[in-house]
Amino acid sequence: MKIEFDNFRPIYVQIVEQLKISIASGKYQSGEQLPVVRNLASDFKVNPNTVQRAFMELENEKLVYTDRTNGRYVTDDKKLIEKVKLELAKEKIDEFLTHMHNLGINNKEIIDYLKSK
Amino acid sequence: MELVKCNKLYKDYGFEKVLKDINITIPKGRIVGLLGSNGSGKTTLIKLINDLITPTKGEVLINGEKPGVNSKKIISYLPERTYLNRDMKVSEILEYFNDFYSDFDTNKAIKLLKKLNINTTDKLKTMSKGTKEKVQLVLVMSRKADLYILDEPIGGVDPAARDYILDTILTNFNKEASIIISTHLISDIERILDDVIFISNGEIVLYEEADKLRKKEKKSIDAIFREMFKC
Repeated sequence: MKIEFDNFRPIYVQIVEQLKISIASGKYQSGEQLPVVRNLASDFKVNPNTVQRAFMELENEKLVYTDRTNGRYVTDDKKLIEKVKLELAKEKIDEFLTHMHNLGINNKEIIDYLKSK
Repeated sequence: MELVKCNKLYKDYGFEKVLKDINITIPKGRIVGLLGSNGSGKTTLIKLINDLITPTKGEVLINGEKPGVNSKKIISYLPERTYLNRDMKVSEILEYFNDFYSDFDTNKAIKLLKKLNINTTDKLKTMSKGTKEKVQLVLVMSRKADLYILDEPIGGVDPAARDYILDTILTNFNKEASIIISTHLISDIERILDDVIFISNGEIVLYEEADKLRKKEKKSIDAIFREMFKC
């Protein structure tokens, strides 16, 4: 899982986004154990401290929890995962709409276009 | 205890004031970028930490002690210029390091060299600049040190090899150790840094967490550096 990082945004924020996508898409299932920091850091080619920081953010959002003896797991709360998925989707849709409106394409035209797909 | 501490550190070369009132603390477990343009004092600071020169005023403390025999045991240093004998084969250099440093892991070095397709029977003088740099980095990262100091580790190698070198640094660094990397090639290395130190005209102008800076300025470390030191 090689991702290209933008150097102008905090790296940990970009790792949080990436992990959220992996959880929302079911790559990491609800209740499943997550890879350890060192392995993820090596996959992402970043500093382990940065991955650690990203995990702390995900723990704050309750999307990930730590079992002291056994490592880190994705939350069992499927509703929360669904909510995160919708948030991610909404962000992308808003982005898309902004681009379309900037191009002078209105909502009706967008809907017609989407229907033709 | 702090791994490295500089207290009111000054270094003059004759009338030239190369370092002025340096006060920094580097804890364990961090990768720190020492970033500055040519002649800003990066290498002088590194030489002071390595006990290769003595301060004009002030002090450097490594694990609370003045640099000396004990600090040299725990610091693995990649200097800007090579000090290895060009007539030696890589295998001979490995033996040399193994004799010299009790924390040197020969097997690890051999493994890393193999990955880089470097033949241990080759002599250093037959190698390109980039390959020589790779050999030196492998030697330095194959010690189990508390502090790695890498002075311009990626200057002479091509961009593809730079990525490999950063990987080598990341995968061979343990949580108890810290790494100081000096460079002016900021964009190539900034993603692996925890903290950045900007040094200019012998003074520390900024010491901050890399991600905090990005968050605050919404810019890359490279862009922030360029703006701050625009000519």
